[in-house]
Amino acid sequence: MSEMLCTPKPLTTKEEIHTLLQDKGGAKYYAQMKQMKVDTEALARDVEAACKSSRTRTWLSLCARCGMCAESCFLYQANDQDPKQVPSYKFQSTLGELVRRKGQVDTEFMLHCMEVAWSQCTCCNRCSLYCPHGIDTGVLISILRGLLFKHGFVPWELKIGSGMHRVYGAQMDVSQEDWLDTCEWMVDENSDEWPGLEIPVDKEDADIMYILNAREVKHYPDDIAKAAILFHVAGENWTVPSEGWENTSLTMFAGDWEGAANNVKRIYKSVEKLRPKTVVGTECGHAHRATVVEGPYWAGQPDGDPPVKFMHYVEWVAMALRTGKLKIDPAKKIKVRCTLQDSCNYVRNNGLGKYTREIMSYIAEDFVEMSSCGDHNYCCGGGGGFNGVGLYRKQRNVGLKMKLKQIQDTGAELVIAPCHNCWDAIRDMMEEYEVHNIKWSFLKPLLVDMIQIPENIEHNPQE
Amino acid sequence: MINFVTGPLFTLSLAVFALGLIFRMVAYVAGLDGKADRIAYRAHTDRSIPGIFASIIKWLIPGGSRGWRAQPVAAVLFFLLHFGAVLVPLFLLGHTVILENSWFGISLPALPADLADLLSILSLVALVLLVVRRIRLAKLRILTTAGDWFILFLTIMPFLTGIVARFELCGNYEGWMLAHVLFGELFLILAPFTKLSHIALFFMSRAQIGMDYAIKRGGAARGGAFPW
Ligand code: HEM
Ligand code: HEM
Ligand code: SF4
Ligand code: SF4
Repeated sequence: MSEMLCTPKPLTTKEEIHTLLQDKGGAKYYAQMKQMKVDTEALARDVEAACKSSRTRTWLSLCARCGMCAESCFLYQANDQDPKQVPSYKFQSTLGELVRRKGQVDTEFMLHCMEVAWSQCTCCNRCSLYCPHGIDTGVLISILRGLLFKHGFVPWELKIGSGMHRVYGAQMDVSQEDWLDTCEWMVDENSDEWPGLEIPVDKEDADIMYILNAREVKHYPDDIAKAAILFHVAGENWTVPSEGWENTSLTMFAGDWEGAANNVKRIYKSVEKLRPKTVVGTECGHAHRATVVEGPYWAGQPDGDPPVKFMHYVEWVAMALRTGKLKIDPAKKIKVRCTLQDSCNYVRNNGLGKYTREIMSYIAEDFVEMSSCGDHNYCCGGGGGFNGVGLYRKQRNVGLKMKLKQIQDTGAELVIAPCHNCWDAIRDMMEEYEVHNIKWSFLKPLLVDMIQIPENIEHNPQE
Repeated sequence: MINFVTGPLFTLSLAVFALGLIFRMVAYVAGLDGKADRIAYRAHTDRSIPGIFASIIKWLIPGGSRGWRAQPVAAVLFFLLHFGAVLVPLFLLGHTVILENSWFGISLPALPADLADLLSILSLVALVLLVVRRIRLAKLRILTTAGDWFILFLTIMPFLTGIVARFELCGNYEGWMLAHVLFGELFLILAPFTKLSHIALFFMSRAQIGMDYAIKRGGAARGGAFPW
């Protein structure tokens, strides 16, 4: 072990990212982590800072240890009611101990905390609705993640993800050039079918500035094309920024608050530069949380509001359908039974469930709700970074069982999942549990196939 | 002896209790840090105020919140315990007389004796069942610490001694009454420093989460309070 791969320092250069990526699966990285000493003096200070608001200590001491939160957690349910999965136990045995021991803990304890923080809680916040004292385990575990990140006890993929955001301004190594090339490429690919299709870059004073997930650029460029087609058909005056176009935040999952703040500031800067009336973000849940719910606070916005109106994609679609900017061809409505996956990050944590339901009323003929839905939905099983961490793949797969059962109980053949993480988790659960009769989809591909094309929009259907 | 414990010691313990809880509430609110919590506590009062009330009231009504409805057994035990725990100490005739004759001189209406007896007995039953639950359920065994047992003991003793004295279940009324008053006062003195501070902090904590959801987590889209 010549090189130090695992240190408390965040990754800040391409070389560091490259080196850590070479360590396949993080084998060396985790081996070094097991040897890493805890700087207890610094930890004591950081724990104290985490208790800066009276809320932290009050929650820890007020908790009645009454267990009312237990059944609300999908991981408790999916793990056959394992008492170690009771939300209260998860924060009391980690953050609670850190506070009570004033940071005087060893490496083994920190490794345990890491496991709890990233494999036993997705920070979905469902339990906060079931605790009589209103204690939010998701928030406490997120505080724990911040402490662990600062001291280097963070899963390999999330360490890299945080570095990517810091270096590339995106969750993956997508440069500005890649991004702009992809936009051009998607316009080229689709202009035969949609003459006049554009992806206007850096247009000032547009009605809408669209921001998205770097995965769409790297792996699903077609999603960008579909977004462009829908804005085009709806007649929107829109643009994308050349900088500050990425709204995801693996930094948030990693507990890298500094990195998370940089992300959102980058976006707000492009807002300042281009002065759009509204910002619309793609079908991603945590990206919305990171830029619209938590983001304003990281960026120091007064009153906790973003600088202009920000909408999740589902809010824009609901508005477009409501105002008739987009019209659904009644013959093309979804005929099969379908259900809706609520993303914790913009439904429970931002109240947007009414918009997804409004959309369903326009597009689906046989829509069925899951047993516990809307603000009370269960996590898809892959939230909070869980999907991305190889070390905890087994635990993640167990966690998927809850959502799979919920989906199957609806009898739906199609799950509409307007969130990248949920979409991935649903794909993985169907593969892992070999379920072949259920499909899943984002909204954009469904909408593109369903809309009526107005007279003034040229369209040459392709075979 | 009984004069001392229902006189100066009563004054002292009630003062510690009241001032202690007030201090805890003030310290909590003053200690909230909107930046650290990422909640603009002072903003959007049009949403946060209804948010506070909904968050508290829905949880004070039996079956009022989805959380209570999801846990019917826990909810029944909770309300059985708390009706008595809140009403009897305040409105039992024996208590109101002492309070009125004490340094505080506050006079409160009194509950009918039968109702007070019933509430007291139900509370004690609920407490015993809560103990049984803590022993029986794996999810509670893993959570329970010595501190939780101590709190249950601290709560059971005034009820137990009060009921034994009241119904003269076990001879010597005076002895049980003395024990009752001492346990009652121990309860009052320790409440502000233990989990029993929830008697006041419950309202603060629920107000806080109500504000969180109303100001930041969807209040704008939901039009104010979270529909617990
Ligand atoms: C209005 C005032 C009060 C409110 C809102 C309140 C609320 C609560 C809540 C939300 C819990 C946690 C849930 C549970 O364990 O079921 C709890 C637990 C508890 N409360 Fe209260 N409480 C109040 C007053 C009191 C009083 C006056 C007493 C005692 C005389 C008391 C004794 C207890 C005990 C012993 C527990 C823990 C039960 C256990 O160990 O499972 N509470 N209270
Ligand atoms: C701190 C000073 C306290 C004093 C001086 C006091 C005094 C008394 C008195 C004089 C009685 C009447 C007994 C009778 O009717 O013969 C009584 C009964 C009772 N007290 Fe207290 N008490 C105190 C605290 C408490 C507390 C903190 C609780 C509960 C949390 C409590 C619960 C009861 C109960 C359950 C009864 C029996 C009521 C019944 O069965 O009707 N007391 N107490
Ligand atoms: S429901 Fe709340 S008070 Fe009860 S154990 Fe869970 S976190 Fe603690
Ligand atoms: S936040 Fe979600 S995953 Fe975490 S303990 Fe609560 S319910 Fe479980």
